Amino acid sequence: MSETFTPPTAFAVPGRIAVSNRAAATWQRAVLTEIRRETPRVSTFRFAVPGWQGHLPGQHLMLRLTAEDGYTAQRHYSLASPPDDSGHIELTLDHVEGGEVSGFLHTVARVGDAVEVRGPLSGFFAWPGDRPALLVGAGSGVVPLMSMLRHHRQRQLAVPLRLFVSARTREDLIYGDQYGDETTPVLTRESERRHLDTDHLAPCFTDGGPGWEAYVCGSNAFAEHASRLLVRLGQPVDRIRIERYG
Amino acid sequence: MTGGHPTRGFVGRPRTHNPGLPPGQYDARDDWPVLSAEVTPELAPDDWTFRVDGLVAEPRTWTWDEARALPGSSYEGDIHCVTTWSKFGVRFGGVSLDVFLDAARPDPAATHVVAYSHTGYTTNLPLADVTGGKAWVAFTYEDAPLPAEHGGPARLLVPHLYFWKSAKWLAGLRLLDHDEPGFWEQNGYHARGNPWEEQRYAGD
Repeated sequence: MSETFTPPTAFAVPGRIAVSNRAAATWQRAVLTEIRRETPRVSTFRFAVPGWQGHLPGQHLMLRLTAEDGYTAQRHYSLASPPDDSGHIELTLDHVEGGEVSGFLHTVARVGDAVEVRGPLSGFFAWPGDRPALLVGAGSGVVPLMSMLRHHRQRQLAVPLRLFVSARTREDLIYGDQYGDETTPVLTRESERRHLDTDHLAPCFTDGGPGWEAYVCGSNAFAEHASRLLVRLGQPVDRIRIERYG
Repeated sequence: MTGGHPTRGFVGRPRTHNPGLPPGQYDARDDWPVLSAEVTPELAPDDWTFRVDGLVAEPRTWTWDEARALPGSSYEGDIHCVTTWSKFGVRFGGVSLDVFLDAARPDPAATHVVAYSHTGYTTNLPLADVTGGKAWVAFTYEDAPLPAEHGGPARLLVPHLYFWKSAKWLAGLRLLDHDEPGFWEQNGYHARGNPWEEQRYAGD
């Protein structure tokens, strides 16, 4: 019995792209070249990684810090930069209260410091730029979606892309000055004081929409909420990719 | 774990010797992050079924009531997620996979299983990792029904491997004579996922 196994259910979530196992297994040195403040709690960290093999928008990496005694701490982070940023990558990180890794990067790290990264990792949340992309994020969940938006702009892709990004206030909106007509910010504690709802997304499904591939990224609570809205609007569950920030 | 090159100024958390913590993991304490990649299904117990087929003498499907009527057992211990959190001293209640497999009677040629979910999620495991009291179909967490976002009404529980192997919304097990990569395994994750050997990604 050597056939390929396909589960007998209607909701099969397809894989996306093959991942380079060599890249995933190798730690590379990454030198911090720039720190940019995005919001009061969020900064972007730009690293030079000369051997970086490239990535697809939406992929993540693992970042490792090592102390003098050999103790290590490692975390997964989404890539914020688009693939065409030769030899450089950018991460945009929340300063997590008590965060061992993000806390170090926000308060101790400075330009010239070296960390280690391995990746890119996981092809599931990747967007190669092939299908219409409906992107829905909240807070720092916008980071992998911004990589997709940047890719879309750099390559001047004709395929439709729409971004809905939820934040508490204008001040908390990451990349707030970089959005164009493709983006709808939803501010939950300012202006209309509303959460993302069906009427925000409904225009994307006029006449059924262009056949979206939906990418949802944020806290688990936001991901549950946003994915239910999409299902209610007719988005097929097997065309919804979710990345929840644990 | 063996570290890499020290990063200037990085001290890290106080070193607490914790023999239960696999390399590269941290203690998530009261958190239990949800990291499923798909939409959480609305799956009522009455709509839930669990099937064992493939290389078995007697393919079987159990309904919720049938599965819940089987002799129960529980797991009390730790769980470890590949995203680097571990959670200590959790309690799951359910039925040992041995009970289901004994009923279906695996063919001697069976070496691996693919566990699959009602969402279509899949994950592959060596048969030896889900027999001998090492794996459960879990219905409860801390004596309460398993929440939907954590895989309720029933999930696979294989606590000695990284937790992506413990498929949520478990629909069945297919026994095979070869290893067949599942959802994350096709997306670059390790075929076995032993946290003590830090088998996170293919090639580890």
